[in-house]
Amino acid sequence: MADLGRALTFLALVVAVYGIGAALYGARSGRREYVTSARRATYALAGLTTAAFVLLEVAFLRSDFSLEVVWSHSSTTTPTFYKAAAAWSSQEGSLLLWLWLLSVWSALVLFLTRFRMRDVQPYAIAVLMGFSVFFAALLVFKVSPFKALPVAPVEGVGLNPLLRHPSMMAHPPMLYSGYTLWAIPFAFAVGALIVRRVDAEWIVATRRFALGAWFFLGVGILLGARWSYSELGWGGYWAWDPVENASLLPWLTGTAFIHSVMVQEKRGMLKTWNASLILATGTLAILGTFLVRSGILDSIHAFTGGDLGWPFVGLICGMIAASTYLVTTRRDVLRSEHRLDSLLSREAMFLANNLVLVGLAFVVFWGTFFPLISEALTGDKQSLGPPWYDKYVVPLALLLVLLTGIGPAIAWRRATWANARRAFMVPVLAAVVAALVLLPFGVGGQPLALLLFVLAAFAIAIGVQEFVRGVRARRAMTGEAAPLAFVSLVRRNRRRYGGYIVHLGIAVMFVGVAASSSFQHVRDVRLSPGQTAKMGNGYSVRYDRPTSRIDLSRGDVERLVFGARLTLSKDGKKVGVLLPERGYYPIQGAPFAPPLGRYFDGESTSEVALRAGVGRDIWTAVSPDISQLLKTVKVGDDRFKAAQGKIPDAQYAESLGLAIRGLVDSYTTKAPPATFRLLVSPMVAWIWIGSLIIFAGALVCLWPTADLARRRATAGYAADVARELGRA
Amino acid sequence: MDPLEVLLTLLAVALTVVVIAGPLRRGHRDREETALTVRIADLAAAKEARYREIRDAEMDYRTGKLTERDWRAIDRQLRADAAELLRRLDELGARDA
Repeated sequence: MADLGRALTFLALVVAVYGIGAALYGARSGRREYVTSARRATYALAGLTTAAFVLLEVAFLRSDFSLEVVWSHSSTTTPTFYKAAAAWSSQEGSLLLWLWLLSVWSALVLFLTRFRMRDVQPYAIAVLMGFSVFFAALLVFKVSPFKALPVAPVEGVGLNPLLRHPSMMAHPPMLYSGYTLWAIPFAFAVGALIVRRVDAEWIVATRRFALGAWFFLGVGILLGARWSYSELGWGGYWAWDPVENASLLPWLTGTAFIHSVMVQEKRGMLKTWNASLILATGTLAILGTFLVRSGILDSIHAFTGGDLGWPFVGLICGMIAASTYLVTTRRDVLRSEHRLDSLLSREAMFLANNLVLVGLAFVVFWGTFFPLISEALTGDKQSLGPPWYDKYVVPLALLLVLLTGIGPAIAWRRATWANARRAFMVPVLAAVVAALVLLPFGVGGQPLALLLFVLAAFAIAIGVQEFVRGVRARRAMTGEAAPLAFVSLVRRNRRRYGGYIVHLGIAVMFVGVAASSSFQHVRDVRLSPGQTAKMGNGYSVRYDRPTSRIDLSRGDVERLVFGARLTLSKDGKKVGVLLPERGYYPIQGAPFAPPLGRYFDGESTSEVALRAGVGRDIWTAVSPDISQLLKTVKVGDDRFKAAQGKIPDAQYAESLGLAIRGLVDSYTTKAPPATFRLLVSPMVAWIWIGSLIIFAGALVCLWPTADLARRRATAGYAADVARELGRA
Repeated sequence: MDPLEVLLTLLAVALTVVVIAGPLRRGHRDREETALTVRIADLAAAKEARYREIRDAEMDYRTGKLTERDWRAIDRQLRADAAELLRRLDELGARDA
């Protein structure tokens, strides 16, 4: 299996190198058959990397420890569900995942555009294959996932327990799908710049891929936030961690790009801006991969470190240099076809929204790389924490929500004041009502949060109003019933109304973010059984008793679990029971680890107890005090070491089992105090609900429309246009 | 290397060569046809873009964002562009009578 895997990745490298050569030769010589051959090389590459990835997955599912990567990232006790995900928890596996996804998307876009953009395509192929060469070369020469061990161990080290979370099954593939999909518009933009064909054609050809990248990256970020909230034991969903930030950067610039390309499509404006944005987004996507894979910045999400830094730095520098060269040397063709007619126009709003999004990206970039910048300048590595980010991000976020509302209500080219008055009257009224409703509840104590709620009410009202007006217009045109008119409206204008749905989701999500961060109650308390602690908002918990158990997997100990049973009360009345826990995973694949200590010296993870609701989340985590237990463990280890080899193996194993059972049971009988983190977070659920609305809107935009190009007409051209439009 | 792995590797190489070398063997045969197909696809895409804009402008008018005068001017221009694209598609024989 190892040899076959290595052969497939090597073949993939050869095919990618050939693809670059054939595409460039075909473009330069005009011999189209070479370009077609290069395009087919992308199909072959997708096939080869699919085979290699399937091979790696099979190795993980079969616990084939003859492969080093399987041994170091899985074990026989790892649940099957997580064995499949373990492939991309490793450096090697994640790079193969990157290559596989990139090759699949490349093959798909080149198949769909095989009859289009004949001049741009060869260069786009060369760029996409260039990325593939980079990642395939890393897999062949630096970190092969198919590296074999001289002797296959009987047991593996196991998967990092922090990654044993359902979100982690989907989080990396989603994130990497986003990163790799950004390479598609990046490659076509480079191709368009090289051949100086910078009309909107490359944007139209890759629009769905850009939207797909935005969608998948967004889902990946959301899953990461969800994982952080429910697995990391600190109670938050966003920590401004470098790896989190790295995924946010291309999402922010990509969001700007998705908006500003509409200005180019409709008005032939912002060509330089759009080219620069997508080149920056593509580069930031590689930067995101680099930050996760290099370990250059300290992160709770960077599960691997290695010596991949320099190759990535080389690639990123190359991308920046090439992008700068292309944009500066194509200034003549990148000139706008029109000027901004009015500041009260859709394109002006898009420009403003772009400036805010790029401003946000700059803030995040500066905060992320500040430790490196400060180290380079002062020799001291300093980090910027959430308060620094909040100072800049909050005002920009407020502006963004405002523009999210204004944008959809304004016409292209030039809106009249009369139109604006009509468009904003009801939403402004909604915002005022929201303020009046919220003030008596003490929201005024947090003015920024209040402002955000008001702006969100404004944006939501605009969104709803747009749907109402659209349905009304549709009914006036067709006489359809309201529900049918609504469906037809969205179906016939997916991009527009999908976008409005996304805007609604953004406003809802920001409401959740503002409420949960401004009105959260956090307490860290140390309690003994029987003691009670207040949580805020009238909630309190009583530490009833400690809990403990042994989780088994395939007859072996998967982890030891110590936790607490808490009774949750609201205004003195019992409303539920919470069971936070902490799991201790034994060290695997280390035969010389202490017999009892190995169960406590490995990784441990928090299993939070969450009582989620639409109004508020009650969130608790426990840190059991096992210091007394560890003293017993040390004594036990000495005794077991002394007994090793002196008593029969079966008796030794039985005694060890009894000792572990005794240790676990003693935690509940001795009932030591434990430390708890207690949170009451209002409206966290609206972050997830808002995100789901956003993704639903994105899916509406992504859904394919009927291909009108295949429809035929017979009469005069003007009549043909009218007829074909009528059929849409 | 396991004989089965050798066999599978050779199979992968053979399939890859067949897929990639196909267009080179056919040589120039498809070239003219492909050029025409590409031109037609580009024009059809441009036509679809104009159609999208016409629909967008109409929706802006119907939802009160554009005055009737502005909408009519935009619509007239976009329809003229679309008609020109249809004429060019006809020249290439892309639309059946």
